[in-house]
Amino acid sequence: MTATDLPTEVTASEPHFESRRGRWVGASIPRHEDPRLLTGRGRFVDDIALPGMLHAGFVRATVAHAHVTAIDLTATRAVSGVIAAYDARDLALGDIVALLDRPAEEFTPTAMPILAKDKVRFVGEPLAIVLARDPYAVEDGIEAAVVEHESLAVVVDEESGFAADAPLVHDEAAGNVLLDVSMFDTPGVDEAFEDADVTVEVTTRSGRQNALPLETRGVVASWDARDDQLLVQTCTQVPHQVRTLVARCLDVPERTIRVTVPDMGGGFGQKCVVGREEVAVAAVAHRLHRPVKWIEDRREALTAGFLAREQTYRTRAAFDADGHIAALDVDVVCDMGAYSCYPFTAGIEPLMASAEMPSVYRVPAYRVRGRALTSNKAPTAPYRGVSRPQYVMAIERVMERAARELGLDPVEVRRRNVITEFPYTGVNAVTYDPGTYRESLDLAEKTIRDEGWYELRDAGERHIGIGFCCFSERTGYGSEAFAKRKMTVVPGFDLSEIRMDTTGAVVVTSGTMNHGQSHETTFAQIVADRLGIDVARVKLRQGDTERIAYGWGTFASRSVTIGGSAVALASERLGELLCRIAAHLLETRPENVAMDGDGGVVQLDDPSRRLSYEEIADVAYLRSHLLPKDVEPALTATASFDVPGDGTFSNATHAVVVEADPGTGAIRILRYACVEDCGVVIHPKVVDGQCRGGIAQGIAGALFEEVTYDAHGEPSAASFIDYLVPTATEIPDVSIAHLETPCAFTENGAKGAGEGGTIGAPAAVLNAVNDALRRTGVELDTTPIHPRVVADALEEL
Amino acid sequence: MNDPHLLSLTVNGTEEEVVVEPRRTLADVLRHDLRLTGTHVGCEHGVCGACTVLVDDAPVRACLVFAVQAEGADVRTVESLDAGGQLSDLQQAFSDHHGLQCGFCTPGFLMLAEGVLAESPDADREEIREALSANLCRCTGYQTIVDAVHATACTRRSQEVPS
Repeated sequence: MTATDLPTEVTASEPHFESRRGRWVGASIPRHEDPRLLTGRGRFVDDIALPGMLHAGFVRATVAHAHVTAIDLTATRAVSGVIAAYDARDLALGDIVALLDRPAEEFTPTAMPILAKDKVRFVGEPLAIVLARDPYAVEDGIEAAVVEHESLAVVVDEESGFAADAPLVHDEAAGNVLLDVSMFDTPGVDEAFEDADVTVEVTTRSGRQNALPLETRGVVASWDARDDQLLVQTCTQVPHQVRTLVARCLDVPERTIRVTVPDMGGGFGQKCVVGREEVAVAAVAHRLHRPVKWIEDRREALTAGFLAREQTYRTRAAFDADGHIAALDVDVVCDMGAYSCYPFTAGIEPLMASAEMPSVYRVPAYRVRGRALTSNKAPTAPYRGVSRPQYVMAIERVMERAARELGLDPVEVRRRNVITEFPYTGVNAVTYDPGTYRESLDLAEKTIRDEGWYELRDAGERHIGIGFCCFSERTGYGSEAFAKRKMTVVPGFDLSEIRMDTTGAVVVTSGTMNHGQSHETTFAQIVADRLGIDVARVKLRQGDTERIAYGWGTFASRSVTIGGSAVALASERLGELLCRIAAHLLETRPENVAMDGDGGVVQLDDPSRRLSYEEIADVAYLRSHLLPKDVEPALTATASFDVPGDGTFSNATHAVVVEADPGTGAIRILRYACVEDCGVVIHPKVVDGQCRGGIAQGIAGALFEEVTYDAHGEPSAASFIDYLVPTATEIPDVSIAHLETPCAFTENGAKGAGEGGTIGAPAAVLNAVNDALRRTGVELDTTPIHPRVVADALEEL
Repeated sequence: MNDPHLLSLTVNGTEEEVVVEPRRTLADVLRHDLRLTGTHVGCEHGVCGACTVLVDDAPVRACLVFAVQAEGADVRTVESLDAGGQLSDLQQAFSDHHGLQCGFCTPGFLMLAEGVLAESPDADREEIREALSANLCRCTGYQTIVDAVHATACTRRSQEVPS
């Protein structure tokens, strides 16, 4: 039998959810976003052109660590087409400072200047901003700039950063540590290791990656004298945080800044932190009172944009002879690069890992230390999954290693440890709401077994391996969960406002920020069901700080859980208002009317008496003298929503079959199966799309993508020639099966679905590759997996 | 060297004249001079393919072509595909299969696919996958893009009048 004989034809199973399914929720309706995006009529930041607009670019550091002794922009300013050029002294802006409410021994505050002042800390750090009539002249101007510096020794990894005589990236951060927190040391860890039948030790590492939205970062800022306001049109996942930080750095009232977000070409976390370039462009537009545009080029995006992922986990685990885990002891080091990002800080990755490392397993005793290393590399931002791809990889490698030591099947070891009773409060003091950890594992294994992959693996000479990854993902962190991390800026709630106009059409706002996730469609589905109207009657407006008081944008798979719940609540309230007015107009008691699911309110004891929403709206706006005395004009409602407690957990199991080529060491994925549970699925195709896209990014991290730095801190990957983004021939088809455990405390029963694919894929692929190499005695614990390493291992056979 | 040139070309059936510096790319002329912003720029070094347009019916990276090289050429961009807002069969297939999420790479994939389908109308799913590996998408994992183009190929084949 060959791989092609097997039933790899992919069919997504239909999710079934009776209780919460409405006319629209649960249906894969055509996306509202599609027509404009398919016809080239979307509007991305670089599509914006304003009269008199200048173009901006940045003079950037060419060395990784140096004292800047002089910046001479005289020649730059003389270049034809260049209008102005400024360095940090010219602009005199406040720094970006992201803080944690933690003692000095745990967290060291550091500042990220908008433009580097006396010192540069990574190759690509912005030193000066150049403004010209067109982008070509900007490049000429940048080339003419002269920067003098005295180079310093560099920190490029743990070894050079933690050495006793290490150079300091930030003088205030001794030992180059920005965060050092031992979050848990529960009773019994040492005893468990003493009593263990088997102890496994695994050191897992993941390479530095770029989240790589295909649209690079960019911003257009323009001063409006009449509004007395700076309009900042930028591609950000967090418009209100950009507004807050621009106002602080420019030292102006926040009302004088308006942030809007046009269509966005992806973000994946890279755009959920505020970029210093966004602030610099806002500042020069404010100063010159002229529109200014900056579009990051790909080289900048790869070297000077926010990077991600580079982490090392030294994990020890104690097991009894039956394969039950008895204790977990982990040391986490995250190389956060040169600066702490706003608003999350450099603590986000080690704190996330420390809080959630036990993953889906019943771990009785747990010790963890998490550190954030600062180095002379581009700073990092939370990238889709945020530490979870890494800690999941660590613990899933532990499960595989334990299985090997104990002579057990790795799925069986997981089965003996996985959480099966909910709610479950773990050793990490987190309460997990119900999920299908065991069920997803069983179904994924059954899928692979039924298709005959085990027989194929065991049959012959081919180097075929099977790997699994079972995990959960906390989605929709509320303010309570974020507050536990001790951030001083605590995300969590989201707001929504809904309006019905005189024609019965609805505009709803949300503080979340779509950048590919289909919010315009899915949020409209939620609203349409709550109000009983056609989904085409609902328009979502996001990405405008003038439309809603505050919001936290889109990250951490929070949009449908939190934003979707706020939208649902606002819709409910609007529905109540419609009923109240209708009851008054129908001259009946409020409890004698109800929404009829077809755009109107009906009298329950006499269904012939009905008012359409248009008729009610006509009164609410144009004949308000007919309204009940205690009802104000207009059809509007607002709501906020916050997830209580520890939040809600999506879960999944990924199963992968790979084949290693003994000649080239290349890894081919023969089969990829995902069994996922994100609660109630609002739009099945959108959820499948999130899974597949996430898995593609996870495979990218497992097999292809890495930004390495040489001993001088020079980044290796400045173009797509060196940064290997997988294409259609590297990413396999993925089958997706849905299980459904509705969330009990989000309005729609939905859990987040944005990140899971990326979380599960690296571990599943790595485990499968190790299985393919099982006869070689080589075990790999580092991603990306280089073909050379695989080929070398197979050559030994 | 930077003296402006008068460039004449046909874009989506309309004859256009633009004054350009020799170093100006075709992508910039389309996007910023002619304001056809449907063509996107993702890398400026010819790898991602977001800027793919058809030049004399062949897919071309508009970021790698100086505009002056397109003198007299017939250029088609994504804006040419729909008929007054009515999606083409290929565009409709992308929507039906959820072959786009953020939509940034989509115009490039659509124009690449039009070129591929014109050149290899009999391509099977794997051949289509191979051809589409010329462009990058960061959102979809490619499966649904391959599905959309394959479905369009099948439909167009079934509609062909036997000669």
